[in-house]
Amino acid sequence: MSKKVTVKDLVKEFSLEVMTDWNQLHRPIEVSDLHRPGLEMAGFFTYHPVERIQLLGRTELTFLQGLDEQTRANRLMEFCHPDIPCIIITRKLEIPRELINGAKKSRVPVLRTSQATTRFGSRVTNYLEYNLAPSTTLHGVLIDVYGVGVLLMGSSGIGKSETALELVKRGHRLIADDAVEIYQYDENSLVGTAPKLIRYLLEIRGVGIINVMTLFGAGAVRDRKRISLVIQLEAWQEQQHYDRLGLDEENYTIIETEIPKLTIPVRPGRNLAVIIEVAAMNFRLKRLGFHAAQQFVQQLGKAIEDSDDFSDE
Amino acid sequence: MAEKQVTVTNPSGLHARPAAVFIQTASRFESSIKIEKNGKEVDAKSLLGVMSLAVKPNETITIRAEGEDAETAVEQLCQLVESYTE
Repeated sequence: MSKKVTVKDLVKEFSLEVMTDWNQLHRPIEVSDLHRPGLEMAGFFTYHPVERIQLLGRTELTFLQGLDEQTRANRLMEFCHPDIPCIIITRKLEIPRELINGAKKSRVPVLRTSQATTRFGSRVTNYLEYNLAPSTTLHGVLIDVYGVGVLLMGSSGIGKSETALELVKRGHRLIADDAVEIYQYDENSLVGTAPKLIRYLLEIRGVGIINVMTLFGAGAVRDRKRISLVIQLEAWQEQQHYDRLGLDEENYTIIETEIPKLTIPVRPGRNLAVIIEVAAMNFRLKRLGFHAAQQFVQQLGKAIEDSDDFSDE
Repeated sequence: MAEKQVTVTNPSGLHARPAAVFIQTASRFESSIKIEKNGKEVDAKSLLGVMSLAVKPNETITIRAEGEDAETAVEQLCQLVESYTE
């Protein structure tokens, strides 16, 4: 699932001038890359990426001016492929008549901005990458624990919201309860946020819906947070094998991105909030290069080797 | 795995009270149940999740269940959505 961006959204966001009068602003923009058609102006159309927005600046327009009229007309006619979402002219430059003619035939909208090409290009790329990011909605609670974005998962009624409440009381920050919208803005980075309608809300069975921001203050909530750790809560089963050493690392995959995952069994009397705080701190410690379990195993290995030496004597 | 589309007839849509009745019914089943609207999928047993969809009257949702009682769950939930009026 990903959001749709149309040419109209772009016009609104960047206050672009619409230079053509055909009504084609509903065209969708599906890729975040832009294209500066330098080689196409020189007549090379083999790899022309027509799905991208075409950005023409001073370089391209000056080059066009150097061509004779007939070549220019042919080139621009070929350039205006009907699949192009829109053509944007920068620096408020004058638009060649042949470009308008070509665009009219394929009904591609032509827009104009007063900004410089490279600057404008990077702003548009940022906007598109942000808005076209792949996204998904997951059932869970997202909370910022000591700066680590922890996604609590587990079946309904296991106590995710109650744990979140306890964590908020201990000074951590809530991002989303029940439904977490997750966006992949760039590779290996997932950012979670709450659907607008239920932002700052928690549902506690027996109490009902509470607003964490009005109850605990602005310091108790965040709007978005990068997800670094997934904690799966599950009902304690006697036969189940739980990690005792902390040497093996499991992963959980969300939109093709692997996130470290811990499975924590829930049993009455276990203080989950403290366990989650410790898990988050231990995760940070590992990121800083200190892996308690691995270091202990090395020491244990050494101690066993040493005792072998003694037995030889 | 069972799946069915259903149109909400209740004049106020899946508002707070209907949503609460819905999740209470859904929670009685063992299966994992999801509701989807416009490509957005949420857990049918979570109140805030269901309400975050803000389902309006006459909108169509898809109810999907996986587990042993999936068929009955989808059937009963669809019936509830179709017959519920405040």
